[in-house]
Amino acid sequence: MKLIEKANQKALSRMLSADPVLIDVIPASEAIPDLKSHMILHAGPPIAWENMCGPMQGAIAGIAKFEGWSNSLEDAFEKAAAGAFDFHPNHHFDAVGPMTGMTTISQPLMVVENRKFGNKAYCALNEGLGKVMRFGGNDDSVLERLSWLRDDFGPAFGKALRSGDGIPLKHLVARGLTMGDEMHQRNVACSGLILRELAPALARTSSDNEELAKILAFIGGNDQFFLNVGMAMGKAIMDPVRGIEGSSVVTAMCRNGTEFGIRVSGTGDQWFTAPVEMPEGLYFPGYTEADANPDMGDSTIVETIGLGGFAMGASPAVAGFVGAGAASDAGNFTRTMSEITTGENPEWTIPAMDYLGVPTGIDIRMVLDTGLAPTINTGIAHKEPGVGQVGAGVVRAPMKCFEQALIAFAESVGVK
Amino acid sequence: MRSVIINEVRHGFYLDSVALMRYSKTIASMDGVEEAALMMASPSNRQIMSDAGLLNDVSVDAEGGDLIVGIRASNTEAAETARTEANLILDQPTTSGLGEAWRPKSIRAAVKINPEANLALISVAGDFAAAEARKFLRRGLHVMMFSDNVSITDELSLKKEARDLGLLVMGPDCGTAIINGTPLAFANVVPKGSIGVIGASGTGTQEITCLIAQGGGGISQTLGVGGRDLKDEIGGITTLMALDALDADPDTCHIVLISKPPAKTVADKVVARIGASKKTFTVCFIGATDWDLPTNATFASSLKLASENALGGKALFANFDVNTIAKPASAAKVCGLFSGGTLCAEIQTLFISAGLSVMSNAAIPGVDTLSENSTAHTIIDLGSDEYTQGRPHPMIDPSVRDGALETAMADTSVGIVLVDVVIGYGAYEDPAGHLVASLGTSLSGSTLVIASVTGTDGDPQGRLSQIAKLEAAGILVAPSNADAAELALACLKLAG
Amino acid sequence: MENDKTADLISKPLNVINIGLEGFATELKQQGVSVTHVDWSPPAGGDPKIADLLSKLGT
Repeated sequence: MKLIEKANQKALSRMLSADPVLIDVIPASEAIPDLKSHMILHAGPPIAWENMCGPMQGAIAGIAKFEGWSNSLEDAFEKAAAGAFDFHPNHHFDAVGPMTGMTTISQPLMVVENRKFGNKAYCALNEGLGKVMRFGGNDDSVLERLSWLRDDFGPAFGKALRSGDGIPLKHLVARGLTMGDEMHQRNVACSGLILRELAPALARTSSDNEELAKILAFIGGNDQFFLNVGMAMGKAIMDPVRGIEGSSVVTAMCRNGTEFGIRVSGTGDQWFTAPVEMPEGLYFPGYTEADANPDMGDSTIVETIGLGGFAMGASPAVAGFVGAGAASDAGNFTRTMSEITTGENPEWTIPAMDYLGVPTGIDIRMVLDTGLAPTINTGIAHKEPGVGQVGAGVVRAPMKCFEQALIAFAESVGVK
Repeated sequence: MRSVIINEVRHGFYLDSVALMRYSKTIASMDGVEEAALMMASPSNRQIMSDAGLLNDVSVDAEGGDLIVGIRASNTEAAETARTEANLILDQPTTSGLGEAWRPKSIRAAVKINPEANLALISVAGDFAAAEARKFLRRGLHVMMFSDNVSITDELSLKKEARDLGLLVMGPDCGTAIINGTPLAFANVVPKGSIGVIGASGTGTQEITCLIAQGGGGISQTLGVGGRDLKDEIGGITTLMALDALDADPDTCHIVLISKPPAKTVADKVVARIGASKKTFTVCFIGATDWDLPTNATFASSLKLASENALGGKALFANFDVNTIAKPASAAKVCGLFSGGTLCAEIQTLFISAGLSVMSNAAIPGVDTLSENSTAHTIIDLGSDEYTQGRPHPMIDPSVRDGALETAMADTSVGIVLVDVVIGYGAYEDPAGHLVASLGTSLSGSTLVIASVTGTDGDPQGRLSQIAKLEAAGILVAPSNADAAELALACLKLAG
Repeated sequence: MENDKTADLISKPLNVINIGLEGFATELKQQGVSVTHVDWSPPAGGDPKIADLLSKLGT
């Protein structure tokens, strides 16, 4: 159908012409005026408290305590079960969040502006590795770090960004791809690049050398620091692609630990959901598949823009997570994903694949026609709240989401 | 029994965490190893290893830039074996650098990586074949469709769409083509020459191209059209396009058309198109005895006659005299068991024109359908649907014929078992060998077995070596399918 | 017009995309013919309703 091809080309050109720039870090209450007290935004499609997985419930208890809505974790669990908090997906408020994806009023959010279309998207700061809230961690060490991010790191980061014209992200990502990042499991290069961009401005706007050193060390010590930047960028790129009549391009993929959800341009803001799958991967010593929580987080927005599993060819080391796959097979993941996308991104290229552009614009028709589900690179959380990350691996988007989406999409273009 | 913990520290030895996780998994899965990890000694990693009970005093001084090998095993021997393995992996980390070749899953991707492709060869299940063929047509590829069980409605719409695009749809159920000297699917290695063949039949086309090759001729192109192309519903769309193509082809001087007798309306169109050509034609409508044709065309009632006519009237196998090898049949009935449908039809034609009564599951006009207790000669097409439902075609898997062979050899009313052996690309690697093995000791009985080999010496199986295997086993071999019929008739006559 | 494309087929080097039986591709490769084999599986995993929609929506 010509209409669909045209609509998909429009979707692709909107993605490719996006100009995402990291411009600020501000409190969530400022970034999202509709976000009120006792509202908690979470990763993935909509979900009720009783259906949430362990880490998600753990994170909610932690964030409620952090915000001062509860004085203990136990109290927070009770209040949540009694309906004291309003739960909404990040995606409904121009935001995204990794793993559990907690977003509440007082948290500092990074702001990425898509200067081509004028829209903004938000994501909280990456907390680092180990015991962290995004994996359901909620003890005092987790909450203390969140307080430091809110009171010191966030404001300093924001000030540094405001002192200049922001950090354009498109070229930074292009360089990161040539340096071995795929921006989902591996953000080492981009995290370093952003630190390089940011350090002079941080130094210029800081009056406390000790605090400055702490901030620089925090970014420098966190290989995944860029993940959250990349996610806000992904959201900023995809939002203008929503609601193009006749387009079968996926505009969002995310999971809440219970369900996987996708949105398709031509069907607007409707979610198509299916039970989320278990990631396959490698585990930290002492942990096995039996400890793993099903897949979780809004981070799949990076696959939606052609990174992560779609850019595996740029990051052979990550391909090893699939288990049996040889690192030299990494390019095959990318080639395979090019079978389900509308086109390639000419600016985000993979040198080892003869500068092939990353596959961009997932077309639900091709997903179903080929039976190839999007490959997603992901971290694996422990199923019990508070334990944290236990491994990393690869997960596939469930086909059922795409089947439902195709039926609704067909209806939207008058095909039965 | 207490576990044994072994730690080893490599100072200033860096490896990527993903690589280390993979090695850890390998070591942890060794016999007697309870847990193992190879990690850079960052504080968070040390914590993880400590929680997993993997650290001892050896590694207390390890720092961020050092690598710790931590092994916990049920005994010292297992721990040491694991340590040796870990060191081996660390010292020789590379395995194969050759990744698996990538294979496209979709037609879209295949065309993208091979934009020069000009022909699609489709052999997926019939339910899906038409939809996949459409994708190729829209991308400008000609289609050869081996798949069968495609509805006639789909065939018509595909062929119409293709015609509008100037593309050929050969098939469905098209098993044979030779394009620019390349045999496709079930086809034989024949010399290049000036005779073009258009076939609605697979084995008929194979037999004719092979007989032409044996007569010293050569083939310019062989185009298949599918078994239903000359039916009313399809109207000969592909046949007419193929006639146009070969008529315009400067390398083709003479054209052979082979099919079952077509529908009258379609035949008229085809005959008119032939009449409009300046080239000469041989027309073989197998099952028909004659046809009204223009002066530039000659009718042939058998595959052998068609080949001889295409060769300019040259007699094939003039030195072959059936009487030199014929033996008296031990009983009056012939049982033909064929893998090729058109070879089966040709035998029926020759038997009824010799005045015999014949029955078949694939009866041509003048032949009865199969019935019990009939004394008529039985000529079976083992490639027809009732035998191939859910099974491979007998040309691919000759064991499809085994059961019927055994029955026929044991039947005392059967004096002659008549078979075809089809070789070439696509066919089984050694059908003659299989046939001999399958007949086994029954070959020493009184039933005569008569065969012919459709193929050439250029074929992977080699025609002469296939014939030699048959003859060595005592099977009577005729040089063509038609000659096999003659041989059978001679054996019946000898028996009186 | 239409003769041009069939003339192309019978005059230019054959270049095949094979879908279905892999043996056909293997044999063509042995003969030195350019061939791309598609690692095909039924659309929509064989679900007839989805396959029907896909064929109407075109891929």
